[in-house]
Amino acid sequence: MLPLILFYLFATILVLAALAVIVSRNPVYAALSLVLCFVTSAAIWLLIEAEFLAIVLVLVYVGAVMVLFLFVVMMLDINLEQLRAGFTRFAWLGWITAGVIVLEIAGVVLSGRLGIDVTRGAASLPANYSNTQELGALLYSKYAYPFEIAAMVLLVAIVAAIALTLRHRPNLKAQDIGRQVAARASERVRLVSMDSEHRE
Amino acid sequence: MITLAHMLTLSALLFALSVAGIFLNRKNVLLLLMCIELLLLAANFNFVAFSRYLGQLDGQIFVFFVLTVAAAESAIGLAILVVLFRERRSIDVEELDQLKG
Repeated sequence: MLPLILFYLFATILVLAALAVIVSRNPVYAALSLVLCFVTSAAIWLLIEAEFLAIVLVLVYVGAVMVLFLFVVMMLDINLEQLRAGFTRFAWLGWITAGVIVLEIAGVVLSGRLGIDVTRGAASLPANYSNTQELGALLYSKYAYPFEIAAMVLLVAIVAAIALTLRHRPNLKAQDIGRQVAARASERVRLVSMDSEHRE
Repeated sequence: MITLAHMLTLSALLFALSVAGIFLNRKNVLLLLMCIELLLLAANFNFVAFSRYLGQLDGQIFVFFVLTVAAAESAIGLAILVVLFRERRSIDVEELDQLKG
Protein backbone atom coordinates (compact mmCIF):
# COMPACT_ATOMS: atom_id res chain seq x y z
CA MET A 1 0.00 0.00 0.00
CA LEU A 2 2.80 2.41 0.89
CA PRO A 3 4.44 2.23 -2.57
CA LEU A 4 1.12 3.13 -4.17
CA ILE A 5 0.64 6.15 -1.89
CA LEU A 6 4.18 7.27 -2.65
CA PHE A 7 3.57 6.72 -6.36
CA TYR A 8 0.47 8.95 -6.31
CA LEU A 9 2.36 11.59 -4.32
CA PHE A 10 5.29 11.64 -6.74
CA ALA A 11 3.01 11.41 -9.79
CA THR A 12 1.06 14.46 -8.60
CA ILE A 13 4.27 16.42 -8.04
CA LEU A 14 5.56 15.29 -11.45
CA VAL A 15 2.44 16.38 -13.35
CA LEU A 16 2.28 19.73 -11.53
CA ALA A 17 5.98 20.34 -12.19
CA ALA A 18 5.52 19.46 -15.88
CA LEU A 19 2.63 21.93 -15.98
CA ALA A 20 4.87 24.54 -14.38
CA VAL A 21 7.52 23.90 -17.05
CA ILE A 22 5.18 24.62 -19.92
CA VAL A 23 3.29 27.63 -18.50
CA SER A 24 5.90 29.48 -16.43
CA ARG A 25 6.71 33.01 -17.56
CA ASN A 26 10.36 32.91 -16.60
CA PRO A 27 12.73 30.40 -18.30
CA VAL A 28 14.66 30.06 -15.01
CA TYR A 29 11.51 28.86 -13.25
CA ALA A 30 10.83 26.50 -16.18
CA ALA A 31 14.32 25.02 -15.89
CA LEU A 32 13.99 24.59 -12.12
CA SER A 33 10.58 22.93 -12.56
CA LEU A 34 12.17 20.59 -15.09
CA VAL A 35 14.77 19.69 -12.44
CA LEU A 36 11.90 18.86 -10.09
CA CYS A 37 10.36 16.71 -12.86
CA PHE A 38 13.57 14.72 -13.25
CA VAL A 39 14.04 14.24 -9.51
CA THR A 40 10.47 12.99 -8.98
CA SER A 41 10.80 10.74 -12.05
CA ALA A 42 13.93 9.28 -10.49
CA ALA A 43 11.93 8.66 -7.31
CA ILE A 44 9.22 6.85 -9.27
CA TRP A 45 11.83 4.75 -11.08
CA LEU A 46 13.26 3.85 -7.68
CA LEU A 47 9.75 2.78 -6.61
CA ILE A 48 9.50 0.32 -9.49
CA GLU A 49 13.03 -0.91 -8.78
CA ALA A 50 14.96 0.54 -11.70
CA GLU A 51 17.65 1.89 -9.40
CA PHE A 52 20.51 2.37 -11.84
CA LEU A 53 18.53 4.49 -14.27
CA ALA A 54 17.08 6.55 -11.41
CA ILE A 55 20.58 7.45 -10.25
CA VAL A 56 21.74 8.07 -13.82
CA LEU A 57 18.77 10.38 -14.37
CA VAL A 58 19.70 12.47 -11.36
CA LEU A 59 23.43 12.50 -12.12
CA VAL A 60 23.27 13.07 -15.87
CA TYR A 61 20.14 15.15 -16.21
CA VAL A 62 20.00 17.19 -13.04
CA GLY A 63 23.76 17.26 -12.67
CA ALA A 64 24.80 18.05 -16.21
CA VAL A 65 22.05 18.79 -18.72
CA MET A 66 19.90 21.01 -16.53
CA VAL A 67 22.94 22.90 -15.26
CA LEU A 68 23.79 23.52 -18.92
CA PHE A 69 20.24 24.75 -19.51
CA LEU A 70 20.37 27.09 -16.51
CA PHE A 71 23.78 28.33 -17.64
CA VAL A 72 22.43 29.20 -21.09
CA VAL A 73 19.24 30.75 -19.67
CA MET A 74 21.25 33.03 -17.45
CA MET A 75 23.84 33.83 -20.12
CA LEU A 76 21.35 34.96 -22.75
CA ASP A 77 19.68 38.31 -22.33
CA ILE A 78 16.23 37.34 -23.56
CA ASN A 79 13.45 39.79 -24.19
CA LEU A 80 10.64 37.96 -22.40
CA GLU A 81 7.79 40.29 -23.37
CA GLN A 82 8.46 39.73 -27.04
CA LEU A 83 8.58 35.96 -26.60
CA ARG A 84 5.44 35.90 -24.50
CA ALA A 85 3.42 37.80 -27.09
CA GLY A 86 0.70 35.62 -28.58
CA PHE A 87 1.21 33.01 -25.86
CA THR A 88 -2.40 31.89 -25.87
CA ARG A 89 -3.02 32.20 -29.59
CA PHE A 90 -2.54 28.50 -30.35
CA ALA A 91 -3.07 27.32 -26.77
CA TRP A 92 -6.43 25.72 -27.59
CA LEU A 93 -4.78 23.69 -30.34
CA GLY A 94 -2.13 22.52 -27.88
CA TRP A 95 -4.64 21.44 -25.26
CA ILE A 96 -6.80 19.68 -27.87
CA THR A 97 -3.74 17.81 -29.19
CA ALA A 98 -2.78 16.86 -25.64
CA GLY A 99 -6.29 15.57 -24.95
CA VAL A 100 -6.34 13.57 -28.18
CA ILE A 101 -2.96 12.01 -27.35
CA VAL A 102 -4.14 11.01 -23.86
CA LEU A 103 -7.33 9.51 -25.31
CA GLU A 104 -5.39 7.61 -27.97
CA ILE A 105 -2.88 6.14 -25.52
CA ALA A 106 -5.64 5.30 -23.04
CA GLY A 107 -7.57 3.63 -25.87
CA VAL A 108 -4.59 1.49 -26.83
CA VAL A 109 -3.80 0.55 -23.23
CA LEU A 110 -7.37 -0.16 -22.18
CA SER A 111 -8.41 -1.96 -25.37
CA GLY A 112 -6.65 -5.10 -24.15
CA ARG A 113 -4.91 -5.59 -27.47
CA LEU A 114 -1.45 -5.06 -26.03
CA GLY A 115 -1.32 -8.75 -25.15
CA ILE A 116 -0.27 -7.80 -21.62
CA ASP A 117 -2.35 -7.67 -18.48
CA VAL A 118 -1.83 -4.01 -17.57
CA THR A 119 -3.47 -4.36 -14.17
CA ARG A 120 -0.87 -6.65 -12.66
CA GLY A 121 2.15 -5.61 -10.67
CA ALA A 122 5.75 -6.38 -11.52
CA ALA A 123 7.24 -9.68 -10.45
CA SER A 124 9.04 -9.22 -7.16
CA LEU A 125 12.82 -9.48 -7.32
CA PRO A 126 14.99 -11.54 -4.98
CA ALA A 127 16.60 -9.71 -2.07
CA ASN A 128 20.16 -9.99 -3.39
CA TYR A 129 19.22 -8.78 -6.90
CA SER A 130 21.37 -5.94 -8.19
CA ASN A 131 19.86 -3.91 -11.01
CA THR A 132 23.18 -2.21 -11.72
CA GLN A 133 25.06 -5.50 -11.93
CA GLU A 134 22.51 -7.05 -14.30
CA LEU A 135 22.48 -3.96 -16.53
CA GLY A 136 26.27 -3.88 -16.57
CA ALA A 137 26.48 -7.55 -17.55
CA LEU A 138 24.09 -6.92 -20.42
CA LEU A 139 25.71 -3.63 -21.46
CA TYR A 140 29.22 -5.06 -21.75
CA SER A 141 28.21 -8.26 -23.53
CA LYS A 142 25.14 -8.08 -25.73
CA TYR A 143 25.17 -4.31 -26.18
CA ALA A 144 28.94 -3.73 -26.26
CA TYR A 145 29.02 -2.24 -29.77
CA PRO A 146 25.99 0.06 -29.25
CA PHE A 147 27.70 1.17 -26.03
CA GLU A 148 30.82 2.12 -28.01
CA ILE A 149 28.67 4.00 -30.51
CA ALA A 150 27.02 5.87 -27.65
CA ALA A 151 30.47 6.92 -26.47
CA MET A 152 31.26 8.14 -29.99
CA VAL A 153 27.99 10.11 -30.08
CA LEU A 154 29.00 11.87 -26.88
CA LEU A 155 32.46 12.62 -28.29
CA VAL A 156 30.91 14.07 -31.46
CA ALA A 157 28.57 16.16 -29.30
CA ILE A 158 31.51 17.56 -27.32
CA VAL A 159 33.43 18.44 -30.48
CA ALA A 160 30.34 19.93 -32.16
CA ALA A 161 29.37 22.03 -29.15
CA ILE A 162 32.89 23.42 -28.79
CA ALA A 163 33.30 24.01 -32.53
CA LEU A 164 29.97 25.84 -32.72
CA THR A 165 30.51 28.18 -29.80
CA LEU A 166 34.24 28.82 -30.24
CA ARG A 167 34.72 32.39 -31.33
CA HIS A 168 37.89 34.07 -32.53
CA ARG A 169 37.88 37.74 -31.69
CA PRO A 170 40.46 39.60 -33.79
CA ASN A 171 41.40 42.40 -31.38
CA LEU A 172 41.87 40.23 -28.35
CA LYS A 173 45.24 40.32 -26.61
CA ALA A 174 45.72 36.63 -26.06
CA GLN A 175 48.62 34.23 -26.04
CA ASP A 176 49.28 32.21 -29.17
CA ILE A 177 50.56 29.01 -27.62
CA GLY A 178 51.88 27.65 -30.93
CA ARG A 179 53.99 30.69 -31.59
CA GLN A 180 55.22 30.70 -28.01
CA VAL A 181 56.34 27.10 -28.21
CA ALA A 182 57.92 27.56 -31.64
CA ALA A 183 59.94 30.57 -30.48
CA ARG A 184 63.73 30.12 -30.53
CA ALA A 185 66.29 32.04 -28.54
CA SER A 186 68.01 33.07 -31.78
CA GLU A 187 64.88 34.95 -32.86
CA ARG A 188 64.40 36.79 -29.60
CA VAL A 189 67.86 37.77 -28.40
CA ARG A 190 70.31 39.56 -30.67
CA LEU A 191 73.84 39.67 -29.34
CA VAL A 192 75.67 42.71 -30.55
CA SER A 193 79.40 43.04 -30.11
CA MET A 194 80.47 46.65 -29.71
CA ASP A 195 83.19 48.56 -28.02
CA SER A 196 82.57 49.99 -24.62
CA GLU A 197 81.92 53.72 -24.43
CA HIS A 198 84.89 55.94 -23.76
CA ARG A 199 84.89 58.71 -21.25
CA GLU A 200 84.95 62.04 -23.03
CA MET B 1 0.79 -2.28 -5.87
CA ILE B 2 1.93 -0.09 -8.72
CA THR B 3 0.60 -1.62 -11.92
CA LEU B 4 1.68 -1.16 -15.51
CA ALA B 5 -1.50 0.86 -16.11
CA HIS B 6 -0.38 3.42 -13.51
CA MET B 7 2.95 3.93 -15.23
CA LEU B 8 1.45 4.10 -18.71
CA THR B 9 -1.15 6.65 -17.61
CA LEU B 10 1.48 8.83 -15.96
CA SER B 11 3.68 8.64 -19.05
CA ALA B 12 0.74 9.52 -21.31
CA LEU B 13 -0.06 12.56 -19.15
CA LEU B 14 3.56 13.68 -19.23
CA PHE B 15 3.76 13.21 -22.99
CA ALA B 16 0.54 15.14 -23.58
CA LEU B 17 1.68 17.98 -21.32
CA SER B 18 4.96 18.31 -23.17
CA VAL B 19 3.21 18.29 -26.56
CA ALA B 20 0.91 21.04 -25.27
CA GLY B 21 4.03 22.87 -24.11
CA ILE B 22 5.48 22.76 -27.62
CA PHE B 23 2.32 24.48 -28.89
CA LEU B 24 2.28 27.02 -26.05
CA ASN B 25 5.95 28.02 -26.16
CA ARG B 26 6.32 27.92 -29.91
CA LYS B 27 8.28 31.20 -30.00
CA ASN B 28 10.94 30.43 -27.42
CA VAL B 29 13.58 27.96 -28.65
CA LEU B 30 14.88 27.43 -25.13
CA LEU B 31 11.49 26.30 -23.81
CA LEU B 32 10.99 24.15 -26.91
CA LEU B 33 14.20 22.31 -26.03
CA MET B 34 12.97 21.86 -22.46
CA CYS B 35 9.66 20.46 -23.73
CA ILE B 36 11.59 17.99 -25.92
CA GLU B 37 13.50 16.86 -22.82
CA LEU B 38 10.17 16.31 -21.07
CA LEU B 39 8.89 14.37 -24.08
CA LEU B 40 11.92 12.07 -24.00
CA LEU B 41 11.38 11.58 -20.27
CA ALA B 42 7.81 10.43 -20.96
CA ALA B 43 9.08 7.98 -23.58
CA ASN B 44 11.69 6.72 -21.12
CA PHE B 45 8.93 6.13 -18.58
CA ASN B 46 7.29 3.70 -21.02
CA PHE B 47 10.57 1.91 -21.67
CA VAL B 48 11.32 1.50 -17.97
CA ALA B 49 7.78 0.39 -17.16
CA PHE B 50 7.57 -2.21 -19.92
CA SER B 51 11.09 -3.45 -19.19
CA ARG B 52 10.25 -3.87 -15.52
CA TYR B 53 6.82 -5.43 -15.98
CA LEU B 54 7.86 -7.82 -18.76
CA GLY B 55 10.96 -8.84 -16.83
CA GLN B 56 13.39 -7.96 -19.63
CA LEU B 57 16.28 -5.62 -18.99
CA ASP B 58 16.77 -4.64 -22.65
CA GLY B 59 14.31 -1.78 -22.29
CA GLN B 60 16.39 -0.23 -19.53
CA ILE B 61 19.50 -0.50 -21.74
CA PHE B 62 17.57 1.38 -24.38
CA VAL B 63 16.69 4.11 -21.86
CA PHE B 64 20.42 4.38 -21.18
CA PHE B 65 21.05 5.05 -24.88
CA VAL B 66 18.14 7.48 -25.10
CA LEU B 67 19.63 9.42 -22.18
CA THR B 68 22.99 9.52 -23.97
CA VAL B 69 21.53 10.77 -27.23
CA ALA B 70 19.29 13.27 -25.41
CA ALA B 71 22.29 14.69 -23.56
CA ALA B 72 24.18 15.05 -26.84
CA GLU B 73 21.14 16.61 -28.48
CA SER B 74 20.62 19.20 -25.77
CA ALA B 75 24.33 20.07 -25.72
CA ILE B 76 24.39 20.69 -29.49
CA GLY B 77 20.97 22.38 -29.39
CA LEU B 78 22.10 24.80 -26.72
CA ALA B 79 25.33 25.48 -28.60
CA ILE B 80 23.32 26.32 -31.73
CA LEU B 81 21.06 28.49 -29.57
CA VAL B 82 24.03 30.43 -28.21
CA VAL B 83 25.42 31.00 -31.73
CA LEU B 84 21.96 32.02 -32.91
CA PHE B 85 21.56 34.52 -30.08
CA ARG B 86 25.00 35.93 -30.84
CA GLU B 87 24.02 36.50 -34.47
CA ARG B 88 20.41 37.69 -34.10
CA ARG B 89 20.15 38.95 -30.47
CA SER B 90 16.88 37.01 -30.27
CA ILE B 91 15.72 33.40 -29.90
CA ASP B 92 12.29 33.92 -31.41
CA VAL B 93 11.41 31.06 -33.75
CA GLU B 94 9.31 33.32 -35.95
CA GLU B 95 12.32 35.48 -36.81
CA LEU B 96 14.25 32.48 -38.10
CA ASP B 97 13.01 32.77 -41.66
CA GLN B 98 16.18 33.61 -43.54
CA LEU B 99 16.13 30.37 -45.52
CA LYS B 100 12.55 31.10 -46.64
CA GLY B 101 11.65 27.45 -46.17
